[in-house]
Amino acid sequence: MGQAMSTNVLQAKLWYAQRISAMVLGLCVAIHLVIIFYAIRGGLSAQEILGRTQGNVLFAIFYEIFVLACFVHAPIGMANILQETFPKSGLARPIAWILALLILILGTTAVVGVFTGGGI
Amino acid sequence: MRSRPSLDYRAKSHLSYFAYVCHRFSGLLLACFIPLHFLMLSQSLRGAEGFQKSLTLTDLWVFKFGEWALVILLAVHLAGGIRLLMIEFGPWKGLRKGWIQLSILFAIVCGLLFLYFAS
Repeated sequence: MGQAMSTNVLQAKLWYAQRISAMVLGLCVAIHLVIIFYAIRGGLSAQEILGRTQGNVLFAIFYEIFVLACFVHAPIGMANILQETFPKSGLARPIAWILALLILILGTTAVVGVFTGGGI
Repeated sequence: MRSRPSLDYRAKSHLSYFAYVCHRFSGLLLACFIPLHFLMLSQSLRGAEGFQKSLTLTDLWVFKFGEWALVILLAVHLAGGIRLLMIEFGPWKGLRKGWIQLSILFAIVCGLLFLYFAS
């Protein structure tokens, strides 16, 4: 009974976390789409990307918020899909955690990379 | 084995089932793509030259096609996600079927804009 209750509470918390992060992502993705359309004109180049991002604190803060919202949102969705598709496999938790850590670590590295331009 | 309820063809032929499948499919693919996207961008730590070497990969047509598909998936997931938030938190009632059509239209427009700007 206690365990079922705490699982339900966890599910409710995860549901809320995914919806709150979705609201943040809604705004971030809309802005990101506009940046994509702006950035792809004439192809992508390192110089062009770094020219926009290097030393730009606003860009770095925006994209780190984006990374953090992804870190919350994507693993919960992945866990839900895995749990529904393979309920007895025990895959949902470990795979969701691996995805979460990959997003957080690689995402933050990417933000630091484009902010510093490799000049650390 | 699956824990989802099994649905018959009437439920599956409903437009909101199509919206559900699109949201799942796009979300799953985006989740798989995001770590790779970040890995590519973190190559900027190697400086402009090292970063450029990695970016030349994106000139291959497979990557161009992939980018185009991902922009469409991102648009699908964004518009479908806003519809879900409106159903769950918005003041309206119902399945917002008009929003599904609007989401499809939005994704098509984003796909075309990508082609327009990339060419």
